[in-house]
Amino acid sequence: MEKFKGNIWLLGDDIDTDIIIPTEYLALKTVEEMKEYAFSPLRPELSGNIETGDIIVAGKNFGCGSSREQAPEVLIALGIKCVIAKSFARIFFRNSINNGLLLIENEEFPDNCKEGTSVEVQLNKNIIYENKEYKIQPLPDNLMSIIKEGGLVESMKKRNKQVN
Amino acid sequence: MGYTLIEKIVMKNTGLDNVESGSIVIVNADKLMVHDIFIPFVAQKFEEMGFKKIYDPNKMVLIYDHLVPTAKVEDVRHFKIAEEFCEKYGVKNIHRSDGICHQLMVEGGYVKPGDIVFGTDSHTTTYGAIGAFSTGIGYTEMAAVLGTGELWIKVPQTIKVNIDGKLPNGVTSKDVILRIIGDLKADGATYKALEFSGNCVENMSISSRMTMANMAIEAGAKSGLFVPDKKTAEYCNIDMKDLEYLQPDSDAKYERVLNYKAEDLEPVVAYPSQVDNIKTVKEVSGTKIDQVFIGSCTNGRLEDLEVAAEILKGKKISKYLKLIVTPASRKIYNEALDKGIIKVLAEAGAIITHPGCGLCCGRSGGIVSEGEKVLATNNRNFLGRMGSSKAEIYLCSPVVAAVSALTGEITNP
Amino acid sequence: MGMTIGEKILANAASKDKVVPGEIVTVDLDLIMSNDGTTHLTIDMFENKIKKKEIFDSRKVVFVVDHNIPAENEKTAMVHKKMREFANKHSIDFHEGRGVCHQVMVEDYVRSGQLILGADSHTCTYGALGAFGTGVGGTDFLYAMVTGTTWLMVPETIKINLTGKLPKGVSARDLMLKIIGDIGANGANYKILEFGGEGIKNFNISDRLVLCNLAVEAGAKTGIIEADEITLEYLKSKGRSPKNVFHSDDDAKYKKVYEYDLNQIEPVIARPDHIDDVVSIKEVDKVKIDEAFIGSCNSGRIEDLRVAAEVLKGKKVSEKVRCIITPASNNVYLQALEEGLLNIFMESGAMIMNPNCSVCWGSCQGVIGEGEILISTGTRNFKGRAGHKDSKVYLASVANVAASAVAGYITEYKED
Repeated sequence: MEKFKGNIWLLGDDIDTDIIIPTEYLALKTVEEMKEYAFSPLRPELSGNIETGDIIVAGKNFGCGSSREQAPEVLIALGIKCVIAKSFARIFFRNSINNGLLLIENEEFPDNCKEGTSVEVQLNKNIIYENKEYKIQPLPDNLMSIIKEGGLVESMKKRNKQVN
Repeated sequence: MGYTLIEKIVMKNTGLDNVESGSIVIVNADKLMVHDIFIPFVAQKFEEMGFKKIYDPNKMVLIYDHLVPTAKVEDVRHFKIAEEFCEKYGVKNIHRSDGICHQLMVEGGYVKPGDIVFGTDSHTTTYGAIGAFSTGIGYTEMAAVLGTGELWIKVPQTIKVNIDGKLPNGVTSKDVILRIIGDLKADGATYKALEFSGNCVENMSISSRMTMANMAIEAGAKSGLFVPDKKTAEYCNIDMKDLEYLQPDSDAKYERVLNYKAEDLEPVVAYPSQVDNIKTVKEVSGTKIDQVFIGSCTNGRLEDLEVAAEILKGKKISKYLKLIVTPASRKIYNEALDKGIIKVLAEAGAIITHPGCGLCCGRSGGIVSEGEKVLATNNRNFLGRMGSSKAEIYLCSPVVAAVSALTGEITNP
Repeated sequence: MGMTIGEKILANAASKDKVVPGEIVTVDLDLIMSNDGTTHLTIDMFENKIKKKEIFDSRKVVFVVDHNIPAENEKTAMVHKKMREFANKHSIDFHEGRGVCHQVMVEDYVRSGQLILGADSHTCTYGALGAFGTGVGGTDFLYAMVTGTTWLMVPETIKINLTGKLPKGVSARDLMLKIIGDIGANGANYKILEFGGEGIKNFNISDRLVLCNLAVEAGAKTGIIEADEITLEYLKSKGRSPKNVFHSDDDAKYKKVYEYDLNQIEPVIARPDHIDDVVSIKEVDKVKIDEAFIGSCNSGRIEDLRVAAEVLKGKKVSEKVRCIITPASNNVYLQALEEGLLNIFMESGAMIMNPNCSVCWGSCQGVIGEGEILISTGTRNFKGRAGHKDSKVYLASVANVAASAVAGYITEYKED
């Protein structure tokens, strides 16, 4: 996880949770069933073309809207390695961390990359794209520990084993 | 140095005698709200995490609202899981067809001023109307907090929004919050709390305040709060003295202060398909519409239905237009029946549906097809929110909604 | 040899002095009605297959959106849009969200002696007003819409002769379910089911609508009742007059005559998945239910809601049951509001839906899930009718559905 490369899918500002996964599909039993409808209001072709290890790059306020955790979950199910955006909405941010989806905030990079090209990420350090470096703010310790434990479920499992 | 309302709530909750925005603290949840859409996931994660009991079953409130009435054969699976979960863990606070979760949490007295409340829904911010710190979380976190009773939060900075003066006729708290979101933008308050103040909001009813607190999330806010006052005390049946600790200090530190003069505000709409894309009703007046929706946790309360009824009384809605009215709760429906409001609306040609999220959550209740235009009082107009991604959704106040239902086009009141 | 009411209406519509069963006649239609179940297909055929795109007389055409209103998905929303635009373009009466089509037709259009075609099987309902209403498919409807005529084979008539009076607590619905149970789901195939005898005088229009509405469930082409003073008074109250009042001749020929003594009828229930599997409600006592439905073109009228309110007043619906009450029309809704019935329903914990087909149509409102059991005042209990293919529907009277909603299991209503 420390260092990885991935193919870019480029999206705009304010990509909301209803675009990531419309309400209509939330009553499907599993995230696996939902994932083909990801981004369907905006780009119906997208979910079928995403491959494991791909990276979503977007503008500001990615994940705004509802508290639905299926939003980060479908991204994980589609194989998205991480999302790089100018900024993230807060509930989406928490949900992503809790599910172990890596989010990277960077103001400049989204305006300087192209869909279909490849980018390299060094965890908590930088983004390397076309020989240019974009710095990343490291995540706070409490969040890194949730990610390191494999998400909040694993973290709670560990806690409950100690309690019982 | 003084503290803002949300800082005071956090201090009281944690017992800390000082908090600073940006610091991470562990808070105790006073109430936890879970709704029907997410209960299967909450239950699954709760079990996966290995919890044997809910830390306090009385603090959990389970509400069926997104799937009421059911529209698909899979919907009842959510109820079955909910019933099993409640049975197993001793949860008694269940509402199966009484209305929208946020309305019931406030109306039912589950939330008190100064409480910290989490819900599996982004519009949990609504309870800020009575001075509670309430915010939406995902179902994994909900599962964890049900087990532990605790959650970490980053103490947010506060943006103070000061509104003074008297709103012109035909301008409602919905227009106020839409204007604020338009100015702040959809991410303008991300990670922050909004604190509404000024004599304009002091004159607002609790319902009107709920409209504003409800939509704080649309500016990205973690919470949108009103300082508890006499109205709050009366609504919540609490002695004003017990709310004094919630008054923000005069030297509290705000990230910034926005000032509005109520007299300058006018009826607005959120233009498709972003809540922060605000235009005045004048700018879009004449836009032909196919459907009007009055309802949701934003504007489905008695005063909203009442103002619509005043406008529609003795009149008929425009031919070929549908007006869908969904009261926010069973109690509101009953009161609206008693006050003759439902009668006026039904006589005008409205389709009145059972209280629930209805059209706002886009699962039933008036989905539209390609090319149709909806004028609605709810909180989101995202692409595809009400069906086709080629439909357009305009958000507005109940006043604009009712006036426009008569003409069949967006109309300035 | 004389003719039955049904034969007389067809003879009149065919401009003939006499018709006999088996004869194929071309008839002029008084009204045609289509709803959002199929109208979009008719419109598509009209646009794509008809050269001269004209409607014979748009004043005789009625479109009603009642099956999926408010819409639950884009597809049904598109159907409504198509109907709205077509109705607007061709000046067709259009009702969207005003109630179940048959109730709207009875309240606003149907007159005794008329011949009416509807693109819905329960069009037979209009026989309650002494009209001949029958259901057709989309192609037949299209032909009727363009020409104003259709062809029909004159059916034989079966007479249901009623004597006496129903005991208290027994409804017209119990009687009709009993009749279907007796003669079978195909017992009146292709025939007219004529209800008569002195017992019919004890039935108001609402009761008569219940009988005729379910005629199709015995396979009948229509159900019909001679227009009498009760009918004429009803029409008058709606500001209408009959087109013709026909009586069956004394020497009219019936294929069969069934005699029913109303005093002998008891509360019954149709068990899943066949409407003719009818037994005394006592036989299925204590079957647990998940949902109860009061409404539909069969039993969603004010008289039905009054009965429901009487049962539910001061009571609470079982928390294990979703109880859905759907007035058959906006007028019924408003009347129920006036009489305080809606308050009673709301306080009982029932859900009140906007007037529409609701649970009876089973695709957008109150859909039931896998393994669930519904007790309903709807028209059908076919497998999967109200939702999941592995769910079950029982049909019973309003009083017994309401009582079961309170109990949480199927039970017979007993006054306190």
